[in-house]
Amino acid sequence: MKTMKILTTPRMERCIGCHACSLACARLVNKRLSWNTAGIRIISSGGLSTGFEAKPCLACNPAPCALACPTGAFVQRKGGGVIVKRKLCIQCGDCAEACPVDAIYLDATGEPFVCIHCGQCVPYCPHDCLEMAEVVVEPSTEKEAEEVAP
Amino acid sequence: MIRDHFRILTVNLDTGKGKIVAVDGRDTEVGGSGLAALLFNKYGHADKPWDDPEQPLIFTIGPLTGYFPLMSKTVCGFKSPYHDQYGESHAGGRSALSLRFADLDGLVITGKAGTPSYLSIGSRHLEVKDVHYMWGVDLQRSGKMLRKMIGGAGHRSIFRIGPAGENLSAYACITVDTYRHFGRLGGGAVMGSKNLKAIAIQGDGAFHLPEGKEYAELFEEVHNQLTTTDMMDKYHNLGTPVNVAVLNALKALPIRNLQQTTDPDIKGISGETFADDALLRNTACAGCPVGCIHIGFVREKFMEPNQYLYRQVSYDHEPIFATGSMLGITNGFKVLSIIDVVEKMGLDVMSAGVALAWATEALEKGLISEKETLVPLTFGEAENYKEAILHLGNGANDFYRLLGQGTMKAAKQYGGEDFACVLGQEMAGYATGEVFFASQALGFRHSHLDSGGYSFDQKNEDKNVKEAVDFLVKDEQGRVFLTSMVSCLFAREVYKDELLAECLNSLGYTTLADNMDLVAQHIQKLRWRLRLATGFDPAAVKIPKRLTEVTTWKGKIDTKFLNNLKKEYAKRIVELGEEEKEDIKS
Repeated sequence: MKTMKILTTPRMERCIGCHACSLACARLVNKRLSWNTAGIRIISSGGLSTGFEAKPCLACNPAPCALACPTGAFVQRKGGGVIVKRKLCIQCGDCAEACPVDAIYLDATGEPFVCIHCGQCVPYCPHDCLEMAEVVVEPSTEKEAEEVAP
Repeated sequence: MIRDHFRILTVNLDTGKGKIVAVDGRDTEVGGSGLAALLFNKYGHADKPWDDPEQPLIFTIGPLTGYFPLMSKTVCGFKSPYHDQYGESHAGGRSALSLRFADLDGLVITGKAGTPSYLSIGSRHLEVKDVHYMWGVDLQRSGKMLRKMIGGAGHRSIFRIGPAGENLSAYACITVDTYRHFGRLGGGAVMGSKNLKAIAIQGDGAFHLPEGKEYAELFEEVHNQLTTTDMMDKYHNLGTPVNVAVLNALKALPIRNLQQTTDPDIKGISGETFADDALLRNTACAGCPVGCIHIGFVREKFMEPNQYLYRQVSYDHEPIFATGSMLGITNGFKVLSIIDVVEKMGLDVMSAGVALAWATEALEKGLISEKETLVPLTFGEAENYKEAILHLGNGANDFYRLLGQGTMKAAKQYGGEDFACVLGQEMAGYATGEVFFASQALGFRHSHLDSGGYSFDQKNEDKNVKEAVDFLVKDEQGRVFLTSMVSCLFAREVYKDELLAECLNSLGYTTLADNMDLVAQHIQKLRWRLRLATGFDPAAVKIPKRLTEVTTWKGKIDTKFLNNLKKEYAKRIVELGEEEKEDIKS
């Protein structure tokens, strides 16, 4: 039985709003200094007095963003979520529009940023809010992934 | 580095228009404190009063802001209504990262809006908008209104003022993101004088990072030092309120207008008691994994039967000292309920608490009556203080309007100068002895964080004036470099010179990394020159009698030592303000 890991946010009640996760993703995955161009973004849920929420990719399978992508830049990832092929992206923004939880950020040029479930943000959280969870990969999903991959 | 110069946005509230200006000086004025002084020299007027519309309100960040953990503070520079001289106040929250991601090293606001307005900026927008209906609205309510009006939740910073700022109290604060403050020296009144209710900064830009692994590896090393060693335990655990019990044990906690320095009842407002009974959670400034902001709660029964409301209130050592021990309040929840009212009004909590402590004693001594105070101020009676703070913020009568200009100003009119606990401005919560008193009374910001005088008092028994003043001058120099980066000063044990140089080098600021000592000296002198040019006379500084009557663990204050410290430090400050001979000048 094959498994894949996905990023989950099971303990967000502990979040202190330091943005270390977003900054780590931007720095290590996307090579940028930003709290926007990141696969996980933190927002205050109605002012700081009500705590924080994460805007992570929920690792949908099938992923609406991949289904919406007209050029194959977003393709279904085994175990949920997407694999991003930046060279194929035409900055149409359809992926962000299709995402039901606003997990895809479009920068000023329309370039999309989404979680790739690599887990590099996890160790930077000082309160252990984040966790990589194992999910079983269904055989049919594996086949689909092979079919859509360029 | 993002760029080798400063990218400054100037906004003129008279016209509602802004301008992006490139300013040189990255290798000499650096950012933060240095940049704020540079910008005041460029845009400010030493000879005009603080509330002249042409005076600038300045916010600056530094070369390391956002790039490394705890580089998370913003410096606010302005001509202060408290003394009509140049001053600085610092705050965190999301202010620094919002400015960084809005692609600004500094924001300079001049002019006066035609009607009460807010300024909203980001990397791709600028708007001055009329919000006349928000004038007079308290800070909590205006915060809720602004959050709905301005997009970008979580990735923005909102600075705002309350009624105290609108009424031009000389110690009105600028509240940042609900729980942090440009607290001291009256920045809130500067915003009030400009008809500026709020400033919203959207951090919506993104920047490329240096190529190669060096930067990311160094970041990880710094992050690990800050999160896996015990260096930051104090701040993450009980937070600054850990000082309450420590200072009380040392006989160094100002209590009941500094009539005492220790009291067994202080246990009720210790950091330990707050953590056990009132702590809801910690929160953090953006870019800081330490999370030193401690949030407690106020629960109020507003109606029978059993109808309650609650509010969340942040607490630290200084607010606890100012509204707790200084006012004789030794119940944590009562302290939080007073801080809550101070927050609504937008007052600097330290000045407000110390001012009311003086007023309480002045009332006891018959120098003023209830005609002035409107409520019977009594040490230990929290409800009266809550009402008095509303009067102070609203400027309810001549007495409160004058008290809102500074405790000493009220004492000069009504009497009681001897027991007005003023060291440049209302004292901070450390009665550690002579070096701290001289340090706050003469220090650049009149802040307990200007230099570690409180620490010197605790570590040194001998009374060597030269050694103490050398320490104050040298320590200020190190701190002014940190506040030019702009680091949180809680990280000063981590960001030693060697690490700062590594950080600067990793981003390409190699010249700066090679000249840190000279640059720190230059900024220290630049700031003092500006302070002196705007009217500061260190030789004229007086330390009120009450401060000399204190007994600490070391015994009675040595007045002769204190006077000699004051004299020597004043002399050194004048020397620091002399024209520079070195080539470092920009």
